Amino acid sequence: MPQTIDELQQRLAGADYIASRGLATAAFLALRMGRPLLLEGEAGTGKTEIAKVLAATLGRQLIRLQCYEGLDLASAVYEWNYPRQMIEIRLAEATGKATREQLAADIFAERFLIRRPLLQALEGDPAAPPVLLIDELDRTDEPFEAYLLEVLSDFQVSIPELGTIKAATPPVVILTSNRTREIHDAVKRRCLYHWVDYPDAARELEIVRRKAPGAAERLTREIVGFVQSLRGQDLFKLPGVAETIDWTRALMELDRIRLDPETINDTLGVLLKYQDDIARIKGSEAASILAQVQAELAVGS
Amino acid sequence: MPAAEGSHLAENVMHFARVLRTAGMPVGTHQVLAALDALNYAGIGRREDFYWTLASVFVDRREQRELFDQAFHMFWRDPDLLGRIMHMMLPKVEGLPAERDKTHHRLQEAFGRGAPEAPQLEQQPEQEIEIDAFLSFSSRELLQQMDFESMTTAELAAAKRLLAHLRLPLREVRTRRLAPDARGRRIDRRATLKAAIAAQGDVIPLRRATPRSVPPPLVVLVDISGSMSRHARMFLHFVHALANDLNSARRRVSVLLFGTRLTSISRELRQRDVDVALDRVSARVRDWAGGTRIGACLHDFNRLWSRRLLGQNACVLLLSDGLDREGGEGLAAEMERLHKSCRQLIWLNPLLRYDGFEARAAGIVAMRPHVDLFLPAHNLDSLADLGRVLALPPAMRRLEPRAA
Repeated sequence: MPQTIDELQQRLAGADYIASRGLATAAFLALRMGRPLLLEGEAGTGKTEIAKVLAATLGRQLIRLQCYEGLDLASAVYEWNYPRQMIEIRLAEATGKATREQLAADIFAERFLIRRPLLQALEGDPAAPPVLLIDELDRTDEPFEAYLLEVLSDFQVSIPELGTIKAATPPVVILTSNRTREIHDAVKRRCLYHWVDYPDAARELEIVRRKAPGAAERLTREIVGFVQSLRGQDLFKLPGVAETIDWTRALMELDRIRLDPETINDTLGVLLKYQDDIARIKGSEAASILAQVQAELAVGS
Repeated sequence: MPAAEGSHLAENVMHFARVLRTAGMPVGTHQVLAALDALNYAGIGRREDFYWTLASVFVDRREQRELFDQAFHMFWRDPDLLGRIMHMMLPKVEGLPAERDKTHHRLQEAFGRGAPEAPQLEQQPEQEIEIDAFLSFSSRELLQQMDFESMTTAELAAAKRLLAHLRLPLREVRTRRLAPDARGRRIDRRATLKAAIAAQGDVIPLRRATPRSVPPPLVVLVDISGSMSRHARMFLHFVHALANDLNSARRRVSVLLFGTRLTSISRELRQRDVDVALDRVSARVRDWAGGTRIGACLHDFNRLWSRRLLGQNACVLLLSDGLDREGGEGLAAEMERLHKSCRQLIWLNPLLRYDGFEARAAGIVAMRPHVDLFLPAHNLDSLADLGRVLALPPAMRRLEPRAA
């Protein structure tokens, strides 16, 4: 467990995650206060990644619950192993001894319980509680969110046939949302909140250097300058850090050491994912952005 | 920060929270306590850490960041200064004109002391004369506030009646969750097992279930330009009723108004009292009865809101006459995008008052091909009329084919 924000920031950097001071502070507080951390932000800004990196640097198990519409108890928390239970009933019938109460007690025993991510997280190793990543919470519906409240505030779940299962040590909980809808205030109230923004040029440069180490320095600078400038444009979907890294790797595969308008036009699909956006930037717009970026780099060096 | 200030820290954090609250951020006591707790861990050695610690506790949505940022820098430079400013501002804030009691119509009626005689009727002749003016749209952006009549008891009753019978022509969304159903196609294994135990293993009676369907989330886009202003009050009553409908409490309803700019009023409409809610809406929206820039507003909606609101099979209800100041420029493309990002797009157009009306305005022509359901409304003067239009049996509606 890190003792200071600086230490956490360094440890994250050691695992190639360059966190802003704000994000590091929020994560540090979540760890120390034992509160869930709600991360909101555009797609591809490293919300999911920080959970993975945290688990790795703290030496904890990562348990991931990917949310989707209609996510229910059976796939999020627990399910009974019905086929085995059916067989158990048949066996009891064959021996013909069990009474009804006995049968019910036998059937709903822990050995027939299939544990899904939430329950796994609560029953993790008490010495090193796992990191629970509840990814894209905005994709589920309100009923599931309401259920999550019980889990997040008391770190316990109730199974009618078994009773309440409570975590000995609460897991580290990280929730992410792409904001395709507003998360309910009651959930937010139980969490620390941080809006994960696009990184500034210096931080993005550092991230790309670490994630695509083989790229030429000049190429990296031009790429970051280009992407940063794209984020100022009126686009439907702005490119995230993930796209910057992908693009750098794509250009490395093409053995480019610097950007040129033609290459940009050919590979724009790595960066922009909407046809309208691509049509807007392709050609003269891309060339003029590139010229500007190269001029700025020339002044800077 | 000097150590000597530590003893005052708790007090100052509390004052800071009060400043945020006065500025309109919903900050509760639990957050103040959480902030103090957090400061124990993060320390107050660095201003930057201090900033982010308070931010992680007090801020809980993206749009609060700028406000928090300003308040933080003002308050923690010189807490007294800001305190004095807030103090000077407070009486003004509280004394804004909105103090008039909007419930007074209903109260007066209740006490039987001469209710104001049907204000709508009085306005009738005036409206007849002004219709032409309403239909021509002004080319400049009019910034003005709307003052709505408060709702009469009769209107409240009408709204309730409307909602009781209202069936929006929306296709329900089938969820992955199951509901017990004797004739369901799927087998509810949990219920079956319980039944088997109850039968003590002799037989296993199958219990069945069927996927549950729910009404989709709804996004309402209301045109409040000059040509639509005679319907504005009624539409707002309608969307308020929709947003606060107890029968479909689980449905999410978002409401945005547009004239020359786009304003989200979902939060304001959550106020249960319709008059108070409309007061807040009126204070919030700056472009009542101005010109219309449908294309530009839809562009903003597509770019800034569609991903946030149109997830999970949302349907869009568009209340607009389709008269566009910019002659429908870029409108078709924006409508097409809107249509493609939602499950169902319903357009209710109150302009078409005459049976032989043909859509000639450029805006209407551009928008027509991109709606799933086009509801022309001829005489739309009351909530009851609106209910009638929306409640027509499907066969009587003109179903527009999807754009080829």
